[in-house]
Amino acid sequence: MNATPMLELRGITRRFEKKLDFAGRIAQRLGAPVREEVVHAVDGVDLAVRKGEVVGLVGESGCGKSTLGRMVAGILPPTEGTILRDGCDIKALSGPEARQMKLRTQMIFQDPYASLNPRMRVLDIVGEAPRVHGLLDGASFDDYVDEQMSRAGLDPGFKRRYPHQFSGGQRQRIGIARALAVKPDFIVCDEAVAALDVSIQAQILNLFMRLRRELDLTYLFISHDLGVVEHLSDRVVIMYLGRVVEEANTETVFRRPNHPYTRSLLDSVPRIENRKRAFSVVKGEIPSPINPPSGCHFHPRCPLVMERCKVEVPKLREIAPGQRSACHLNDQ
Amino acid sequence: MTAPTLEVRDLQTHFFTRAGAVKAVDGVSFSVGRGKVLGLVGESGSGKSVTGFSIIGLVDPPGRIAGGSILFQGRDLAKLSEEEMRDLRGSRIAMIFQDPMMTLNPVLRIDTQMIETVLAHKRVSKEEARQRARDTLGMVGIPSPDERLKAYPHQFSGGMRQRVAIAIALLHEPQLIVADEPTTALDVTIQGQILAEVQKLCATTGTSMIWITHDLSVVAGLADDIAVMYAGRIVEKGAVGEVLDKPLHPYTHGLIGSVPSRNKRGEALRQIPGMTPSLLNLPPGCAFRARCPRASEACLAEPVMAEILPGREVRCIHPHLGASEAA
Repeated sequence: MNATPMLELRGITRRFEKKLDFAGRIAQRLGAPVREEVVHAVDGVDLAVRKGEVVGLVGESGCGKSTLGRMVAGILPPTEGTILRDGCDIKALSGPEARQMKLRTQMIFQDPYASLNPRMRVLDIVGEAPRVHGLLDGASFDDYVDEQMSRAGLDPGFKRRYPHQFSGGQRQRIGIARALAVKPDFIVCDEAVAALDVSIQAQILNLFMRLRRELDLTYLFISHDLGVVEHLSDRVVIMYLGRVVEEANTETVFRRPNHPYTRSLLDSVPRIENRKRAFSVVKGEIPSPINPPSGCHFHPRCPLVMERCKVEVPKLREIAPGQRSACHLNDQ
Repeated sequence: MTAPTLEVRDLQTHFFTRAGAVKAVDGVSFSVGRGKVLGLVGESGSGKSVTGFSIIGLVDPPGRIAGGSILFQGRDLAKLSEEEMRDLRGSRIAMIFQDPMMTLNPVLRIDTQMIETVLAHKRVSKEEARQRARDTLGMVGIPSPDERLKAYPHQFSGGMRQRVAIAIALLHEPQLIVADEPTTALDVTIQGQILAEVQKLCATTGTSMIWITHDLSVVAGLADDIAVMYAGRIVEKGAVGEVLDKPLHPYTHGLIGSVPSRNKRGEALRQIPGMTPSLLNLPPGCAFRARCPRASEACLAEPVMAEILPGREVRCIHPHLGASEAA
């Protein structure tokens, strides 16, 4: 296996700032305690994804998982940090090289209703990008689109239809065909099955796994659904309020979770095997990322909180081979 | 044995559109006992929400209850006038929606909304009403309810809003709560908190509940009984443990099989082929026929709901029976 990871994130940070309006600026000039609101959506994340791997990125609302996915896909530039593809900094590239690099990462979105242009026929949705980028390899446009559609499990006979003529599951297949049409080797799936019914979800997950085998794809699979992530991923990364709290291979995360947050998360997941059981409860709300708690972000909800957790940010470090966790308890 | 709190018999709710009558609910029967939780499970378009809306009398035209009866403590809700229904709704029967902003008015403070609800059905002073509102907020686990009463809905997080919506549903200690996917939009840890709260409330107050959801794992932990809907009909019902461990209907079987945690990691998930049929022109016979691995010629005839094992009803002529043929 190649030693250089396919994707490497180093200290990736993304802040969203809300600039003060006119009244705010005047108030500030007059000495009022107003400040610009800054959301640390992603805060210093290091992550490496090897070729052929499926990495599950898990977390609750506001943990920054989607923002991270968008930065990986190149939709959003990071505020700080570097993104390396095959060991090469994507910011250093320019012109056609940068374009080539961008094509190699594609994204599949959560909402199959909002992510397809309602005024475009499937033919154009799927075929536009490869045509623009000159990827048709001499094959005719129609043949190319037919091939992409059948691979995603769509009948090419429907290519003249519009998105509204398809069901949710089929639309998601259109989104998949569109992403794969530019021959990427890395796919970011942002909650790609969250909006689908269970039976349709199973079909799409199976499609993801088949495509991975056939096209040798690497996935960053973002989801809040631990069941889906457990099934699909080789490795799991857990995020909480912009930071990675734990990272390990799937087996380890689900059998021997280390971080108290991972443990509470796993306990909260309703499972079909659990009957008439008292639901275990994590206390408290998810704090706002505008004003996150000091020290370890999880400390107000943590059952094992110590004084140190309130002031010092725990470092993400290796606690067992292949398992990294950010918790002060591991120092004892 | 005492009479059940709610008994739905052969309920038919149809939507009369220009393209024809859509039988969203087509002959649904079930009952919920006192203090029991019934999980009504199905995928989009299976008619589970319309069943809920029919019970609480909120089906809008062109939809209407075309037949059957909804017996609530001996009275048929389907035959009540709008006035009589309004009297019951909110006091004896309450509903919790998926999106709490459907329940809450964004421009009114929580106290205004809650006091209004109390006064709508009870002749008490405003102060007593506020007292009741505060106690109920405390009951659903909202910290410092006195201050929170003065807040507006947008000042609450999604989970807190859902708690407020649940508190409003509980104000008059209803005998029945219809909950339509109330935790679907919430994060897992918050969902866990709300489910724990609901479980406790049902046990202490004796409120019956219909929990409508697409999520089998939520029902597994919460409900006593389960009814699985497909294309407007209940295809299987029984005690939760029985149905989830030994599903009889091929659809239930497929649904449980496609839950990722029931499959071996990394292997292809067992899947149900095809998709839910359009309710507008359902083919004759069993609606699941086209997707069913066990379908035969005989399925062209409409299957009936039958109790084939004690306490287990199923609408199928080829049910999964016995360990010898377990898939």
